[in-house]
Amino acid sequence: MSAPAAHHYTSTGLDSRKIAIWAFIGSECMLFVSLISTYLIYKGKSLVGPFPHDPYTSATGQTFPPILDIPVTSGSTFVLLMSSLAMVLALAAVQNKDVPKHTRGERIIGSSKLWLWMTALLGATFLCFQAYEFTAFVNEGLTIRTNLFGSSFFTLTGFHGAHVTAGVIWLVSLLAIDYRRGLGPNDALNVDLAALYWHFVDVVWIVIFTLVYLIK
Amino acid sequence: MPVGTSTAPKAYENSGVWSWLTTVDHKRIGILYLYTSLFFFIWGGMEAVILRAQLQGPNGQLVSAEMYNQLFTMHGTTMVFLAIMPLSASFFNFLIPLQIGARDVAFPRLNAFSYWVYLFGGIFITVPILFQLAPNGGWFGYTPLTTKAYSPGINIDFWVIGLQILGISSLAAAFNFITTIINLRAPGMTLMRMPMFTWMSFVVQFLVILAFPVITIALVFLLFDRFFGTNFYTVAQGADPLLWQHLFWIFGHPEVYILILPAFGLVSEVLPTFSKKPLFGYPVMVYSGILIGVLGFGVWAHHMFAVGMGPIADSFFALSTLLIGIPTGVKIFNWIATMAQGSIRFTSAMLFAIGLVAMFTIGGISGVMHASPPADLQQTDTYFVVAHFHYVLFGGSIMGIFAGIYHYYPKMFGRMMSEPLGKVHFWLNFIAMNLTFFPMHFSGMLGMPRRIYTYDGGQGWDTFNLISSLGAYMLVISTSIFVYNFFRSKKKGEIAGANPWEAGTLEWSIPSPVPEYNFAVLPNVTSRYPLWEGNEKDLASANMNAQEGKTSEELGIVLPYSTIKPFIVAAALVLMFCGLITTMAVTFLFAAIMVVALYAWLLSPLEPEHH
Repeated sequence: MSAPAAHHYTSTGLDSRKIAIWAFIGSECMLFVSLISTYLIYKGKSLVGPFPHDPYTSATGQTFPPILDIPVTSGSTFVLLMSSLAMVLALAAVQNKDVPKHTRGERIIGSSKLWLWMTALLGATFLCFQAYEFTAFVNEGLTIRTNLFGSSFFTLTGFHGAHVTAGVIWLVSLLAIDYRRGLGPNDALNVDLAALYWHFVDVVWIVIFTLVYLIK
Repeated sequence: MPVGTSTAPKAYENSGVWSWLTTVDHKRIGILYLYTSLFFFIWGGMEAVILRAQLQGPNGQLVSAEMYNQLFTMHGTTMVFLAIMPLSASFFNFLIPLQIGARDVAFPRLNAFSYWVYLFGGIFITVPILFQLAPNGGWFGYTPLTTKAYSPGINIDFWVIGLQILGISSLAAAFNFITTIINLRAPGMTLMRMPMFTWMSFVVQFLVILAFPVITIALVFLLFDRFFGTNFYTVAQGADPLLWQHLFWIFGHPEVYILILPAFGLVSEVLPTFSKKPLFGYPVMVYSGILIGVLGFGVWAHHMFAVGMGPIADSFFALSTLLIGIPTGVKIFNWIATMAQGSIRFTSAMLFAIGLVAMFTIGGISGVMHASPPADLQQTDTYFVVAHFHYVLFGGSIMGIFAGIYHYYPKMFGRMMSEPLGKVHFWLNFIAMNLTFFPMHFSGMLGMPRRIYTYDGGQGWDTFNLISSLGAYMLVISTSIFVYNFFRSKKKGEIAGANPWEAGTLEWSIPSPVPEYNFAVLPNVTSRYPLWEGNEKDLASANMNAQEGKTSEELGIVLPYSTIKPFIVAAALVLMFCGLITTMAVTFLFAAIMVVALYAWLLSPLEPEHH
């Protein structure tokens, strides 16, 4: 969010921040690869329940159903996917801020505030789903200490949730700038960086949803 | 060539403490890295000397078993994370922008942040030993030894949190240098014209951004196990006892190349300069460096042959490890071919560079021996392995870094280091190093295990241990000579001038010490050694830079503002981590301060507007 450095000579013609965010995303891939690999290595290795996909009866006779709620998480996945769509529209709105808008539809599509709000709210909705899921799991007897599944599941999805939270804060910061002085084509790069990060976090969720929830 | 002035020109008008705290100049940050990492190098060396004094004879009584554990853990941790890596970082900072013809790194404030996080993280992990509370689980921190059940004390917490902090510093620096090398090369500085040090640094930054997240996660698991009672390393809960070892070495082996490749790069600058010949086989040197980096991710389990992974895994990792010897061997031969038929000048820098080629080869050969699982089973966890990695890290990395310091000292400080003292340093260092580490091959082969705090006499180890210890004391003397030379030369060294070694790369075209703005005009590069084979265009920019003493204002160059904000963010970050071992209130307080300072940083402009 500092002053754009576009007037400096660069070898590629790209702004340095654009290259840095790609390097950062590459590094983040290894972070999530380590988390996801650990989850997969520990899949089915828990000695006690609750389990993700199988029912479990404890030594005291207590029964636990399979703990993952796929319909609810499908809903939250849809919400996060839609937030990426809103993010695309937000970036387009900032890039085309100077294009005159004639119809009401054009004004709606061209409102960077609307689409930044939409992205942030959808992201926050995803986080609410996650908070609900975590709470429900704890109530059903699964904490981060219960078994290997609990440890690896909460750490993996918790790390992802932390990334979404950081993204929401980033979006709200952009919104604050938009309200203070308006975001225009000169700020497109800043929004682009946030968008790249946001889409990355979204893609990671698709991998997690597939490997953790869908595949038994 | 010495300039006709009696005093070395000063690079900076302002040199008070505040100017160092707020600097975003890559050269000053490089010098800060150099001083700090030399301090930690000596600190880690003193730890090693105590270890050697303890092992000098059988049944040593100098330190307790517990203190010995803390000392060898901190010796390894200090040398890897606080000495060699930041010594390399010092050269990344100082040299990369100068070698590629840039005014600074891509993100000058992030660069300052990296340094301060390193400094505070280094203090955080180093201070506990003064209270006998230092980490005591080895620099590799194997679980389950380091879990709460077996290490209930605070010691390991310092290690886990300290490494997390240092990882942030390395990652931030790596993003910065990748961007700098990709994006801030001067016109004409194509990738295949980049000096070899910049190339090797480029490879290293990719290793950092891909390897450090893995140890970050391994440490997060350990942190959660220790603080929140998770089960990642609790074997009783079904945890895989090898998970830590795999994650650690997936990081740990690329880390080995993170330690050695910058030294390879430095030597690849020194050997051509003092042989008066371009580097032999430049493209192959580039490709072999990249290949070492790529293969470095596929050899990690050769650290784990003793755990019983089975014949298929053992064979795979044995083969991949043997394979990595090929690009490394290519480099050795190319260095020798660079020197062949050159007009060689045996300066201190050149001696250290040749020292690297010779000593690293010995370490490389014993490394190839470890690549064979049956041989490794005999050698693992003995002093033979200690001998091996000290030949590559001391004989390789440290010798290469010394070569770099002697070579680039004039560029950094504007004065020459004393050559006679440098040569005494080299020869003492060379003899002492071999006295210290060569006998370890024998004591190891005779069965002496690593990490034992004492041993009984009469097992055939006594003489070898005595020689090793005498060598270690000699290293203290040789390093003292270096330190004396370093500080003496700052005051009394001969004035260097722009290109005292008659080297060929871009950094030698500008005055020593380098003015704040580096290049008065951005150079136009047409060859690999512009000062040797350059045309009019190259030399025009060099001549322009000969206008010493001009300020950036006079030349109309816009420089970034100095700022304290990266310092504050770094300090708050480290204090936030301190909260984990004191009280969470501290964590929240400093997290809040960090966020405020971070916003202040991001919302303030980097530099004045252009007119």
